[in-house]
Amino acid sequence: MMARLVVLIALLVSSLSVVANPFAAVFASNLIMARSHEKFPEAMLTLQSSIKEHGYTVARVQRIDIGLTGMGFKTDKYRVVFVGKKDEIQYLTKKYPELTPYMPPKVSIFAEDEDTVAVTVNPAVYKDMIDDEEDRRIFDRWENDVYSVFKDFSEAAEN
Amino acid sequence: MKNQILTLILVLAASVVNAAPDGAALFHQHCAVCHGDDGKGGVGVPLSLTSFINSVSDEYLRTTIRLGRPGRIMPAFPALSDAQVNALVEHMRGWSDAPTVTHNTEPVKGDAKRGEQLFAKYCEQCHGENGKGGTGTGVTFSRKRELPIIAPALNNSGFLAAATDTMIKDTLIYGREGTPMTSSLVTGLSETDIDDLVSYIRSFEAQPHDSAEDEVMPAVIVAESPYTVEETIENLKAAITDQNFTLIRTDYVEHGFVEEGKENKKQVVLHFCNFNFLFQALAIDPRVGVFLPCRVTVTEQDGKVQVATINPMLLSGLFNNDELKEACREMTGIYEAIIEDAVL
Ligand code: HEC
Ligand code: HEC
Repeated sequence: MMARLVVLIALLVSSLSVVANPFAAVFASNLIMARSHEKFPEAMLTLQSSIKEHGYTVARVQRIDIGLTGMGFKTDKYRVVFVGKKDEIQYLTKKYPELTPYMPPKVSIFAEDEDTVAVTVNPAVYKDMIDDEEDRRIFDRWENDVYSVFKDFSEAAEN
Repeated sequence: MKNQILTLILVLAASVVNAAPDGAALFHQHCAVCHGDDGKGGVGVPLSLTSFINSVSDEYLRTTIRLGRPGRIMPAFPALSDAQVNALVEHMRGWSDAPTVTHNTEPVKGDAKRGEQLFAKYCEQCHGENGKGGTGTGVTFSRKRELPIIAPALNNSGFLAAATDTMIKDTLIYGREGTPMTSSLVTGLSETDIDDLVSYIRSFEAQPHDSAEDEVMPAVIVAESPYTVEETIENLKAAITDQNFTLIRTDYVEHGFVEEGKENKKQVVLHFCNFNFLFQALAIDPRVGVFLPCRVTVTEQDGKVQVATINPMLLSGLFNNDELKEACREMTGIYEAIIEDAVL
């Protein structure tokens, strides 16, 4: 079956290979996560306004919780936020069609008791899918911005 | 002169600040997202319960922070300085007034073979086969599960490096009040039984079950389609239904970025889902929503039509969660089947 599929070898370098020596493992940076002491609706607002302040567009907010409560999930507060800059998304998906399944990047946000948690894939993971140095810098910027947005997100309730 | 002294004092003050990292701030930054600022748990297990914090040594905490728990969500923090790690430990010590325990490194001598049988009888129902740990994440704020706290993995290199035999023995003798982990003495086991269990757990070291898969994987599953974009989409829709998934919607990669109707029609995304699957995946790790709902993209460039999905096999590594492996393998099979059906 696999033979029929042209599997594209976009090699993911160090950040994905789980290294035998645990000291070398870099799990921490593959996902970026943050906790907010704001309740879900407020935390969601904080997240979206910070995203916009950083110059990004919220392209869509997707509910993925429909039917979850009925299945024993205690929260119905679970959304996925699609985020990006138009020009960069257009440029990257055109030049690297293999990135398309990952674009635009997403942030998932869910309630955990009185808190709200946000999670996203570190853009460095996408960066490792391409070679061009110039283009790789786009992901460095994204990474910085994610840290900055998540900082706003996690500190909001303290202001 | 006065100015210089003032500067000197400021510089000194700044270096004092540098020398003593703020443990609470570090905890908030690196740990609270999973363990909660108060240590009550979340995606991570509770840390502030006195039955836990009073029964583990500083060394146990330091090693756990350094090595994490490979394949069990808890990341390794190799980049923190020793001073930062100490500040974190100090901060956690603030949850209890009790004196800090130490555990010697004397091996506990027991019969590992006998321990294995005892483990199957008394421990496996929570800690899993070969001590691979319970299913799900830390505590159950948003997820209903059988156990209120996940049973940690015991065959994990991070745990085995952090825990001495005497610490494991004490855990069995005293249990952890306020958690499902009860004292083995109360369960009716003898000290000999406990020694045998400790020896069995230590024997995992010979073959710790870690996610150590050095395998380098392709980032995407992709195939070329001999059909037009429109035909390929129709094929995909049928294939998605055949796999018992529900198509949620079809839109464009540029959705939300450009005015509706003006999107590039050569970059299409089909979003689909199967609620059972979604529920299962989120119950294993609530963070996987980043990759949900499932999607398959159809793109046309230079006359070539391509169908692609993410490679789900990457996720267990990304999330440092071995438990996702099975669901991901299943998902990979489904993605491959859908793509294959559509481009045949
Ligand atoms: C991504 C989530 C996550 C982050 C971030 C995280 N942990 Fe954990 N931690 C866990 C999970 C999950 C476990 C339980 C592992 C298991 O089930 O085997 C755990 C286990 C532990 C344990 C062992 C608990 C026990 O019962 O023996 C300690 C100690 C700990 N974490 C401390 C920390 C500290 C300190 C930090 C920050 C430097 C941190 N963790 C960051 C998820 C996390
Ligand atoms: C009812 C479920 C259950 C059973 C049965 C059980 N445990 Fe546990 N065990 C747990 C939970 C939950 C924890 C985590 C407690 C906490 O959060 O501090 C734990 C913690 C531990 C720890 C400390 C691990 C760590 O990372 O801190 C050890 C060691 C352990 N158990 C060994 C055993 C052994 C050996 C047996 C069989 C004699 C056993 N357990 C039976 C649920 C169970």
